[in-house]
Amino acid sequence: MNGQHQSDNPVTTRSGDPAASPLVRFDAVSKRFAGVTAVDGVSLDIYPGEFFALLGPSGCGKTTLLRTLAGFETPDSGRVLLNGEDLTRVPPHRRPVNMMFQSYALFPHLTVAGNVAFGLKQDGLPQEEIAARIAEMLALLRLEGLEARKPHQLSGGQRQRVALARALVKHPRVLLLDEPLAALDKKLRGETQFELMRLKERLGLTFVIVTHDQEEAMTVASRIGVMNHGRLVQVATPSEIYEQPNSRWVADFIGDVNLIDGRVAEKTTVVTTVATTPAGTIRAAASDAKPGDSVAVALRPEKIRIGREVPPASLNAVEGEVAAIGYLGDFSIYKVRLADGFVMEAAAANVARVIERPVSIGDRVWLSWATDAGVVLTQ
Amino acid sequence: MSARSHSKRSWGQRLVILIPYLWLAAFFLVPFLIVFKISLSQFATAQPPYLPQFDLDEGLAGLKEFFSELSSANYARLVSDWLYLSSYGRSLAIAFVSTAMLLALGLPIAYAMARAPRRWQGVLFLLIVLPFWTSFLIRVYAWMTILQRDGLLNQALLAIGIVDAPPVWISTDAAIFIGIVYTYLPFMVLPIYATLERMDETLLEAAADLGCPRWKAFWLVTVPLALPGAIAGSILCFIPIVGEFVIPDLLGGSGTMMIGQTLWLEFFNNRDWPAASAVAVVLLALLIVPLILFQHVQARRLEQGG
Amino acid sequence: MRRGLSFVNVTALALGLAFLYLPILILVIYSFNASRLVTIWGGWSTRWYVSLLGNQAILDAAWISLRIAFLAACVATVLGTLAALALVRAGRFRGRLLFSGLVYAPLVMPEVITGLALLLLFVAVDIERGFWTVTIAHTTLTMGFVTVIVQARLLGFDRSLEEAAMDLGAPPLRTFMTVTLPLIAPAIAAGWVLAFMLSLDDFVIANFTTGPGARTLPIHIYSEVRLGVKPEINAICTIIVAVVALGIVAASLLTKLSGAKPESSGAPL
Repeated sequence: MNGQHQSDNPVTTRSGDPAASPLVRFDAVSKRFAGVTAVDGVSLDIYPGEFFALLGPSGCGKTTLLRTLAGFETPDSGRVLLNGEDLTRVPPHRRPVNMMFQSYALFPHLTVAGNVAFGLKQDGLPQEEIAARIAEMLALLRLEGLEARKPHQLSGGQRQRVALARALVKHPRVLLLDEPLAALDKKLRGETQFELMRLKERLGLTFVIVTHDQEEAMTVASRIGVMNHGRLVQVATPSEIYEQPNSRWVADFIGDVNLIDGRVAEKTTVVTTVATTPAGTIRAAASDAKPGDSVAVALRPEKIRIGREVPPASLNAVEGEVAAIGYLGDFSIYKVRLADGFVMEAAAANVARVIERPVSIGDRVWLSWATDAGVVLTQ
Repeated sequence: MSARSHSKRSWGQRLVILIPYLWLAAFFLVPFLIVFKISLSQFATAQPPYLPQFDLDEGLAGLKEFFSELSSANYARLVSDWLYLSSYGRSLAIAFVSTAMLLALGLPIAYAMARAPRRWQGVLFLLIVLPFWTSFLIRVYAWMTILQRDGLLNQALLAIGIVDAPPVWISTDAAIFIGIVYTYLPFMVLPIYATLERMDETLLEAAADLGCPRWKAFWLVTVPLALPGAIAGSILCFIPIVGEFVIPDLLGGSGTMMIGQTLWLEFFNNRDWPAASAVAVVLLALLIVPLILFQHVQARRLEQGG
Repeated sequence: MRRGLSFVNVTALALGLAFLYLPILILVIYSFNASRLVTIWGGWSTRWYVSLLGNQAILDAAWISLRIAFLAACVATVLGTLAALALVRAGRFRGRLLFSGLVYAPLVMPEVITGLALLLLFVAVDIERGFWTVTIAHTTLTMGFVTVIVQARLLGFDRSLEEAAMDLGAPPLRTFMTVTLPLIAPAIAAGWVLAFMLSLDDFVIANFTTGPGARTLPIHIYSEVRLGVKPEINAICTIIVAVVALGIVAASLLTKLSGAKPESSGAPL
């Protein structure tokens, strides 16, 4: 599973050739800190031109994995390769990758220009070239006129762009971003996500981003590696991760989900029938589970319809009582208690502004969903 | 970096440790070993004034003879002679009392500093620190002038009419306490201020919200939170006060001496270096617990990076 | 709860500051006393300052003290900074506990013990006592203070700044010189000033470790003071106080002007 590369996402088409050789390869990388395994035998290929996101809860090892690529951590075992070349023992200052730090790590004693020039000076480039490249990069990131400012005289968004400019100006083979947007407010974060995608396309670089924010990963990344307890649990495109989670953990971590336990009663090439669930017998999408297996059916709330009328027999359906309603503006979340007390969640878009007879707490309602809406999970 | 440097330390990193380490070993650790050695020697009218002298030329026999001549006679004298015992006792007593006085004075000042508006705090901090930067000797000398028999304090007291005849200040314990409290006050105020300054204001609000009156909140919230600072300040004052020489020498009387004076007297006046060394070793032994405590406090405060 | 000062707080501060400053103020005022008797006011005069200028012994002692303080502060700053780096950055190493003990102990060790120990060392290795032995002693005494100040700064130091420098291609030594050193420089400077002042101020250890021809200013003042209160001493004390006060005010103005955050420079601990 690890390292499988999908090319069906439009963002990756330009470079997402499965036959291409990987740009970055983690080969069975492990890292322990004082007895705690931070990264546990991770193997992963990242291809040129990808926008790859490492996603996971805090402490899952994603930042440590990124830091083995930057050179700040040396793996206890395994190798890190860039373009087939073993980087494992190369110190950070000799690696052709650059990092944008979560704290931005802007040098407080240097100006904006001084910060951006820092890396170029280390390469011993001539003065004119440094000046030209700084000017170009500051223009690209809309930082003109701020050259002489010190970091503490900048806004949060400006600081973030200086950090980005400083890392990009060296034309790194891979740009590493460690929670780059965590310090920004929600609105600015959204704008910056699209800015990052624009920059990546414009400069034709490979980006690896570490984030705990699933929305951010879904938005920017062409491929996501989901990590938990130091291991990669699923590597796939954002839509696959959401629609085809490979485990209860991934289904639960990404977005909201109803996990309904049961036992496989029957399976065909198109339908898996799961019986003895709190919602009765459920027909779900095909899976490789065998009859008799204990499984969970993962069902996204937005795929469930809620209504007062009895749904057609072609759909899965279950009746219950509305226990709680959460109004989110564009959506409403309904918590529906089934006969045996199991609570299911359904989401419905608030299409009409004024509704004649809205569903309210205590109402008897029917929940219904299509056969292919449920994903059968064996682990 | 720490994890990597653990296994493989570069020469540069080694030097960073080694250079100050060697300096301190040579000029702080070794001298104490020498003090200990000489404390086991005997006074002699020679240059240097103690026996035995270790002579490298005599080889193993010389070493054997050297060890056989070491004795604990100086320590026996320290225990048996009332002069030394009372001197130690007096030093410890003065240190305890003056540390308590410093706490009683320092806590309200530090608290008031921490409660002051933010923009004043820098200035107040500077004002407390400033006297510390002026010479220690000068600060003691300043009190000599004031506490003299016809000094300003007595002039003032007589003028107000509190006393009829000028009381004696200089050469009394009162003068010693005034001198100690005066010179050590910043060392008590600053650590307490440092802990109180970090205190979350909302803690007091929470206490008030939960029905705790203000004076009680001071006892139940502020004082426990100031405790680390108060402990640090107390150790910081107590240890050097025990061994204080200049203050009792200039402000105190000629009666019972503090142990620092005794050591000084043995060394400079009697030229009995072995006795002075034994006094120093016992003083160090008395202070070893507070010293370890101090080391512990400092390490916890300043070495999380390790 | 309003941040502010109650009556009790103001009283505590006022009394505390009065206690700290009144004696020094009196000392300064009486240095301008025309009378030879320090307790009786005989009108304003600068005669003690004039007589000070003619007092070669005091001027010599001051010059020796300044030279010792300068040298000791420079060496102590280098050693103390290295020790701070070792304690904060080197992680665990053999003998670390002893090392930190040796660094911190001189901060509180009674000076009579340190002085005696250093003197006995100098006698044991048979070095001629004087200028250099006092300088060595003061270096040892003051380096711990430098360490404590620099250490506090290093602890608040964002390590990702160094990682960023390395990430941008700077080797470790250049990273230290271009990023770490400029950022801890204010603390190092504060450490130097503190070491300088402490050396200038020390009497007990200097008195133990000095030899012929190296009579420092505190030794001179002490021997004069032992014989009683003298107006010349008031004058020289006033000069020292004025120099120190000017230096501190200038330093704090400088840090304010340069826009840097004020260091806890004055706090040795």
